[in-house]
Amino acid sequence: MKTLLIADHDNQTVADATTKALTAARALGGEVDILVAGQGAQSAAEASAKLQGVAKVLLADAEAYAHRLAEPLAALVLSIAPGYDAIVAPASSAGKNLLPRIAARLDVMQVSDVTKVAGPDTFEHPIYAGNAIEVVKNPERVKVFTVRTAAFAATPADGASTPVEAVAVPVAESRATFVREEMAKSERPELGSAKVIVSGGRALGSAEKFNEVLLPLADMLGAAVGASRAAVDAGYAPNDFQVGQTGKIVAPELYIALGISGAIQHLAGMKDSKVIVAVNKDEEAPIFQVADFGLVADLFQAVPQIEAALG
Amino acid sequence: MKILVPVKLAIDSNAKPRLKADRSGIDLANVKLSINPFCEIAVEEAVRLREAGKATEVVVVSVGVGKATDAIRSALAIGADRGILIEAEGRVEPLTIAKLLAKVVEEEKPDLVLTGKQAIDDDSNQTGQMLAALLDWPQATFASQVELDGAELVVTREVDGGHQTLRLSLPALVTTDLRLNEPRYPSLPNIMKAKKKPVETKSAETYGVDLTPRLSVVEVREPAARKAGIKVADAQELVSKLKAVGVL
Repeated sequence: MKTLLIADHDNQTVADATTKALTAARALGGEVDILVAGQGAQSAAEASAKLQGVAKVLLADAEAYAHRLAEPLAALVLSIAPGYDAIVAPASSAGKNLLPRIAARLDVMQVSDVTKVAGPDTFEHPIYAGNAIEVVKNPERVKVFTVRTAAFAATPADGASTPVEAVAVPVAESRATFVREEMAKSERPELGSAKVIVSGGRALGSAEKFNEVLLPLADMLGAAVGASRAAVDAGYAPNDFQVGQTGKIVAPELYIALGISGAIQHLAGMKDSKVIVAVNKDEEAPIFQVADFGLVADLFQAVPQIEAALG
Repeated sequence: MKILVPVKLAIDSNAKPRLKADRSGIDLANVKLSINPFCEIAVEEAVRLREAGKATEVVVVSVGVGKATDAIRSALAIGADRGILIEAEGRVEPLTIAKLLAKVVEEEKPDLVLTGKQAIDDDSNQTGQMLAALLDWPQATFASQVELDGAELVVTREVDGGHQTLRLSLPALVTTDLRLNEPRYPSLPNIMKAKKKPVETKSAETYGVDLTPRLSVVEVREPAARKAGIKVADAQELVSKLKAVGVL
């Protein structure tokens, strides 16, 4: 069994999502190689080489991979796929975009959002917004799956010095071209890897209030900031903040839901958090059914009081 | 420009899925089914492109048994022109759907395939990308904005960290994210009109695609339940409890 893990990275460092997906890849029981495809990604490849239990790091460095477009990446992975029994990626926006393209060309079914590798051909993953867990047997000759990274611990770097090999870059014409990217710049931790998340709902009432109330508390706690779909749809928070079935799936040590009622699709994104706190003035709000600690209060009064108590 | 919109009939977003007692799957008897919300957004976008004079025809296609026609009728009520139902029994996997759709693309020759990024039942998020791969077309998944610029499409995508904008040459495939548009409520006259629009029914077998699922379902079970905790009286108590459990 040889597994290829396609890394998420920013050319400099290897993403937390990759170190978690590596844990899932290693659970298959065979050798794991990591593919780092990017432009000027030597540092990310070297960081990957320090991770525990990696047989080899493959570095594909070319302009074509600068913006993680699916078409050239799929061509690259397909060029090296014949050596592998499994192809794995984090269920990030990049992984979700890319992996089905590879599975289809290999003529194998993909399993999405794996939360447990129960054996080399048996996988668990959530369906119906996490309302059910489906266990599937995958007899395909190549196992292709994305990993729900919130369900796996990170594989640590143990100072290994795994070899980094350059891979030949296949020529692929692409009829998709990159125009631009607008990325949120933030000093705060990422939602996917934060230990604490402060998340806001529609009750915040405006983008100004959202920022005014949530950000100071998040800063005090060193927390990432999340939002419900309702808050994002209303324009209070950017799309990248959305926690839920179709947004980010998170499982921090502490999740603080402020003014979030707790729709099924939101719960799907955060109910595996270790400790959940809910502040809502509606004591019937469904969020209280999953919260370890519930405070029935107006968040505009409660948040300053929490900050004072944190002192 | 001709647009093909694959749509899926899925559990209604307000319905609570119930597990079958024998753990073989979700019990969909007597559960409200609707057009998958992401597919509905795709239909709305396609109809808007036609209304803006940028598309000439919007064809919807669905794979399933007779009931899948409901998803097609919903799309026709929004304003799609005609429908194709590919009849297939049982569990049909995304790869199989993509293969069937590739055959429909061969027949219909659309310039754009616009579909939902995922269905809210199996949450696979695969079919669009698989279809693009089989057709060797460029793709833009998770679209929040779609604009036609001559013979090219400029698509803004929702990605981790923000937005990415791509330019695709046609033919191309786009999957929709939530904020692409807000689908209209079809008016009663349009619902009535939709009943008269043509829907062609074909059997999946005629396409020569093997429908046998590749994956087998071992079981479908409840996720680990989370118990409701306690209510605290005030912020002070909340903070001391959080310190006591060691998360602060």
